[in-house]
Amino acid sequence: MTDGALAGLRLLEYGQLVSAPYCAKLLADLGAEVIKIEEPSAGDPARHRGPFPDDIPHPEKSGLFLYVNTNKLGVTLDPSTPTGRLIFQRLAQEADVLIEDRPPGEMERLGLDYATLSALNPALIVTSITPFGQTGPYKDYKCHHLNLYHASGHSSFFYVAPRKANEPPILGGGWVGEYDAGLMAAVATLAALMARLATGEGQHIDISKFETMVTLERIAVSRFANNPEPPPFPGMVGGLVPCQDGHVVITLAERHQWDALVKLMDTPPWTQEENFRDEISRSRNRDQLQPLLEEWASQQRKEDLYVRGQTLSVPIGPVRNAADIVQWPQARHRGFFAEIDHPVAGRLEYPTAAYQLSETPWRARRPAPLLGEHNEEVYCHRLGFSQEDLARLAGAGII
Amino acid sequence: MSRLPLAGVRIVDFTWAWAGPQATLLLGMLGAEVIKIESRARLDHTRLRSLMTGPTLTSPDHSVIFAEINVNKLSLTLNLTRAESVEIIKRLVKVSDVVAENMRPGVLERLGLGYEALRAVNPDIIMLSSSAVGSTGPERTYVGYAPTFAAMSGISHITGPAEGPPTPLSGAIDLRVGTTSAFAILAALYHHARTGQGQNIDLSSTEAVSTMIGDTFLEYTMNRRSPGRAGNRDRIMAPHNCYPCAGDDRWVTIAVATDEEWRALCSVIADPRLADDRFSDGYGRWQQQDDLDQIIGEWTAGRTPQEVTQALQAAGVAAMPTHDGPSLAEDPQLRERGLMEWVEHPLAGKWLMAGPPWRFSKTPAGIRQPAPLLGQHNHYVLHELLGMSEEEIQRLVDEGVVN
Repeated sequence: MTDGALAGLRLLEYGQLVSAPYCAKLLADLGAEVIKIEEPSAGDPARHRGPFPDDIPHPEKSGLFLYVNTNKLGVTLDPSTPTGRLIFQRLAQEADVLIEDRPPGEMERLGLDYATLSALNPALIVTSITPFGQTGPYKDYKCHHLNLYHASGHSSFFYVAPRKANEPPILGGGWVGEYDAGLMAAVATLAALMARLATGEGQHIDISKFETMVTLERIAVSRFANNPEPPPFPGMVGGLVPCQDGHVVITLAERHQWDALVKLMDTPPWTQEENFRDEISRSRNRDQLQPLLEEWASQQRKEDLYVRGQTLSVPIGPVRNAADIVQWPQARHRGFFAEIDHPVAGRLEYPTAAYQLSETPWRARRPAPLLGEHNEEVYCHRLGFSQEDLARLAGAGII
Repeated sequence: MSRLPLAGVRIVDFTWAWAGPQATLLLGMLGAEVIKIESRARLDHTRLRSLMTGPTLTSPDHSVIFAEINVNKLSLTLNLTRAESVEIIKRLVKVSDVVAENMRPGVLERLGLGYEALRAVNPDIIMLSSSAVGSTGPERTYVGYAPTFAAMSGISHITGPAEGPPTPLSGAIDLRVGTTSAFAILAALYHHARTGQGQNIDLSSTEAVSTMIGDTFLEYTMNRRSPGRAGNRDRIMAPHNCYPCAGDDRWVTIAVATDEEWRALCSVIADPRLADDRFSDGYGRWQQQDDLDQIIGEWTAGRTPQEVTQALQAAGVAAMPTHDGPSLAEDPQLRERGLMEWVEHPLAGKWLMAGPPWRFSKTPAGIRQPAPLLGQHNHYVLHELLGMSEEEIQRLVDEGVVN
């Protein structure tokens, strides 16, 4: 078995919470060796966010930390100390990529900015992930996922049903916008690695989480940028439909899909009415159609609708929660969830990857690192510090 | 001009709608030559209509949505039901690096253009197939679009007010899937560049969205509990909400993470009610957040989102306007960094659109040319890439192979 598409690449991650760690994890999943650098003692704040088994906080048992840091090595280091800075520079000298998420200017103050590091290692790629990028009037603004998600327009753009005016816009679930930035940063990092194969040169990548999210709504954004008052969107016929035991969504992108839905409903007379004759009239008369559709669905169960509908080629999907998805036979068949054994958190099932690469498959190589777990391996075995040095570095609070 | 990261990479692109085209949009911005395989008999529906532009278009070359998500790409029109078209595709695959598609699983195989058939003509080809739930497994033939990916991935269930229904999502959901595809293709290209080995990539759109709420599943596997909806609230931080502002349907978000930020917020709002002891630590604030939100909301209601943002950010508190389309278009940060660019399409017209989501210091990679007219590059592909004569091309047109 091969060691993965990115085997042999060495990455350094100096990141917290989701975006930068997820970027590094995506690359680690495919075989890159990632050394994650955490602050001594507290470590990555994700360690303190949970979820935790039985809701008992423990820095080695945070579900968020475990998920976004699988397949990495972990060291502790305080780069604000002179020795810490030198150690960081030595690690960067031997790395192909540094992924970092410090506020703009901080790496420079630490003596660890791209200009300094590239002088030591011209082939180094530095990927900087920040809320607003390295420049511009917002570059020093504080920003959490809440602020990011709403600022980038995602809570204002609705395609399936129009948002009701004067109701609070709603945050996307979990940390989705932070994952977005991590994924886009991984795309850009791989592109820079491809460029480096040809030129041998590294470079600096500036990823703005805000801009990443704006580009993920590029079609809605430019619609308004080019026409401040575009025609209102009436909502999608079908869309979110309540049923007996939850909700389904139905999308009708093509004519034959409406025909299939009519068949699924056993062709009730109202479906033959003039008002619902074609796509345009159905869309125009959506307010009449939706209650009829909902009345029918209210007698149905979501998973039953899914299977019977899909058998007729209706693009229908049940709204599922985590339990439903972990138990979903299709996901089980594809091995989407895999058990990973962690020395403190124990054996747990994790989502793997959505892509199945035939020659270089996703693999759990190691669980997320304990805080400072690989200090000895990295500092002694690679950088040549002795065990005594290690004790002194720890005593000085450097590691 | 500097060399683009994917200069020299050629992609045969069968994708359509939004998710697949986002993958090749990103790869095209990075410098790959993307050849979109189209057919007049079965057009990419974004050429004719969209959820958002209203009436159906009559020309395939005037859609601004198609023009946006297909910049930099080339267009070759072929009738894929013709055996000769299949041979042309194979000749093209022979001189290409990647094939990308998002048709229903099995469709390309039936046309004789599945991975095994293409690998026979180009052993190190990389092929990505993106489908609703993957091209293996008992449900592989099931179909879906962004709203079903969102529903089945788990994200709709955890998005929405605590007391309300789940939230149907679209738009960005598709582009998340496409970005995941671009990542997988890039990893395969990197592997190929070093080993010469190609591979097949089977991507599930639903799983792609699930991975972006992956920690949700850890909550279940740890505690056999499925996270629900929490509106705009956080499990630790408070205040943490979207507050009403002056104006019509205007909002601002505020999130406080530390005691220091809390004190800064209090000094800006200067409402004596906030000095109450029950708000003095993070736990108390979380417990009392309904009351807290009421007081903060009264303060924001008399101010614009920009006024609140500037006042709070100056004091070190995270706050941002909640943008809708028009306010985003005027955002000073995006303007200063020039995210939006003018692109001139010969028929769809001049259009302001977002450029690339990254800034490279040495290999700027973005918009180079507008989206193709239908069949615009037939001659380039057939003549310059495949070496066909003018007569041969004319015959293919006359016989409806090139359509």
